[in-house]
Amino acid sequence: MSAHTLLAESGCHIQANCGFPAPGLNSFNFKPIFSVGSFDFTKPMLLAIICMLLVVGFFWAAFNKPKLVPGKLQLVGEIGYTFVAKSIAREVIGKKGDKYVPFLTSIFFFVWLMNIMSIIPLAQFPVASRFAFPVALAALVFITYMYLTFKKNGFRGGVKNLVWIEGLPKPLVPLIVLLEFIQNVITRPFTLAVRLWANMFAGHMLIVMFSVATWYLLTPSFFAAIAGGSFVLAAGMTAFEVLIQFLQAYIFTLLASIYISGALEEGH
Amino acid sequence: MMTFLAEGGAQNPLLPDTAELVVGLLCFFIVFGILGKKLLPNIQKTLDERRDAIEGGLERAEKAQAEATATLEEYKAQLAEARHEAARITEHAREQGAVIIAEMREEAQRQRDAIIAAGHAQIEADRRQVTVSLRQEVGRIATDLAGRIVGESLEDSARQSRVIDHFLDDLEEKAEAAR
Repeated sequence: MSAHTLLAESGCHIQANCGFPAPGLNSFNFKPIFSVGSFDFTKPMLLAIICMLLVVGFFWAAFNKPKLVPGKLQLVGEIGYTFVAKSIAREVIGKKGDKYVPFLTSIFFFVWLMNIMSIIPLAQFPVASRFAFPVALAALVFITYMYLTFKKNGFRGGVKNLVWIEGLPKPLVPLIVLLEFIQNVITRPFTLAVRLWANMFAGHMLIVMFSVATWYLLTPSFFAAIAGGSFVLAAGMTAFEVLIQFLQAYIFTLLASIYISGALEEGH
Repeated sequence: MMTFLAEGGAQNPLLPDTAELVVGLLCFFIVFGILGKKLLPNIQKTLDERRDAIEGGLERAEKAQAEATATLEEYKAQLAEARHEAARITEHAREQGAVIIAEMREEAQRQRDAIIAAGHAQIEADRRQVTVSLRQEVGRIATDLAGRIVGESLEDSARQSRVIDHFLDDLEEKAEAAR
């Protein structure tokens, strides 16, 4: 259970001398719902599975029997699909990006829904704030990136694509090759995962922080006013998170398509 | 190490949990599998069909327009042809009328000439007949008269005709001379 739930149960308030139960990493660790041997089934996993079911369920309902004249649900699905297909894949990769639209669409909606879980009552936890989930997706993007780089350019061309920049002055070549290698092979997958994780982690932390503080300060005293301010901030952060959730899903997908585009490019 | 950190209470948040990694991958594979294999190709096909339907509709409209224009052109051409034909027929009729009139005129002329010629012939024939009968008559009267005067019957036909002919020849010679 996360810190604020514990807090709510404990009913600890300011002036009760029980100390502020500051949220920390413990807010992101859950007791297993059940365990099979050494495998612990936790809340983030349950949420990930729910997200998977929701994404598949929504698109199944929208696209299973598509009609030429779309119904409401199909229209909403089409808007989402076209957003990824046109605004991301076509824009970044071009015509040859059409092949990767299903991959990008899956990433976008899965990530977005996992992020949205952060503000859904009862769920209230961004799945991507558990580092393993962004890592899994970033790893898939990275594998796709590498696979396409070498498939498109061959081994020599692929390596060149990853580390080489045309027209450099000779003395700079070793440095740039090193930097390009670090950027493309190490930084890119790492930042792709960390960016999503950190945004969701920090957002959740802020919401928990202000929620806990609101509860902690809520006493029949002067502190109630500060509790009100804290509540407004928690609500404001929640609203702000809605934007961040979409934006992070969009950025993750956009970067995935930029990497794919880079892999498909001739030379560098 | 993981266990140690967990026991320590402060797990390193940048160490991905293996079980979560597996669950995350599985979830994504299921999403990608169903969306990529079935649902998104479905909708892409529908979107393509819709675009085809719209573009096809435009194409059909364009085709119909072109057809209408072609038909109009054809009608116009036919109308012009008909007008031309009518003018040609009128002209032809006019020419033919003129020819017929000329022919009729010629025919009338010819008939008139024939009638006149027939009249002349008739007149000539009558004149001859009259001349012959007159000659006979004159001869007979003259013979009668001469017979009475001479008292001699000139009934003898041979003589009679000889005398008459002689007389008439005389007469004609005189007439010739007088002319």
